[in-house]
Amino acid sequence: MSFLKLGNAPDILSARRAFLGQSCLVLSGAAVALLAGRDALATDVAKGAASSGESDIRILNSALGAELEAIAAYQVGAESGLLQKPVLDLAVSFQSHHKEHADVLAKTIAKLGGKPVIAKSKYTFPTDTLKTQNDVLRFAATLEKGAVSAYLGAVPVFGNRDLAKAAASILGDEAMHWAILRNAVGEAPVPAAFVS
Amino acid sequence: MRALAGAACALTMVVTPPALGAGGDPKAGEAIYSRCAACHALEYDRTGPRHCGLLGRRAGALPGFDYSEAMRRSRIVWSEATLDRFLADPLGAVPGTTMGYAGVRDKKERADLIAYLAKAGRSASCASVSQHPSIK
Repeated sequence: MSFLKLGNAPDILSARRAFLGQSCLVLSGAAVALLAGRDALATDVAKGAASSGESDIRILNSALGAELEAIAAYQVGAESGLLQKPVLDLAVSFQSHHKEHADVLAKTIAKLGGKPVIAKSKYTFPTDTLKTQNDVLRFAATLEKGAVSAYLGAVPVFGNRDLAKAAASILGDEAMHWAILRNAVGEAPVPAAFVS
Repeated sequence: MRALAGAACALTMVVTPPALGAGGDPKAGEAIYSRCAACHALEYDRTGPRHCGLLGRRAGALPGFDYSEAMRRSRIVWSEATLDRFLADPLGAVPGTTMGYAGVRDKKERADLIAYLAKAGRSASCASVSQHPSIK
């Protein structure tokens, strides 16, 4: 099933819009959790638990760097001329999620006393291999799958459990992106019972 | 003569280094490498440094990449053994690394991943990437 086929199915499209709306609600929940955790961690740092705080800031900054790259990648995809509606709209909506992730991560890092990384002036993407809409979607799926794994690997190493919970919430959002992108190129959207 | 041949054979076994990543399955490792795709690529730097030329390279030594101070000072030279230790527990192996990742805890998965990195490092696409000499 491709999104081009979905484009001819109004009921499914409505369901997808509702689903995307719900995922935004989930993201808002993540933002709330991050911002709540921020205060707890800031307090810990103030009490001298600096090593845990510094480690968390490094993890958050790595996540922020990856989110900023994902935003740039979706921009490349959107401007490639290869994505047709409704796939283009979907890519832009996923990009907006990454922008929200990045915004919250940057604010949290700053509140914790860290210096958020900023977007690079130039990113390298394998644009010479992106010739079709499916190429772009497969590339995006690769990034999203990597993001799922990265957040999965970050959750257990956060010193602050609220940050871990928030990272898990972002992980869920990335996993939904990955599943939908896989579905769009005709692959099983959920290939296994577990992610790694 | 037979003894000499036997000795030569034994010597060959001693002095011939095993192929890097020989213990793992590179095909399985390629799938595991997809976990790295949020931050790494073989041929170009991303949030993490590129992996072409990794084996034999000194950690923190790629020009132009913004490594953590901890990685720059780690004195690690990436080999099958040092990668195995790092991948098992990145934050424990190099405290202060920006690779905030719990690690690949399964030994076979690490062997497969390292085998893939070794094989990919010998690929034509990696050969075309400008290589920087390892600093030892």
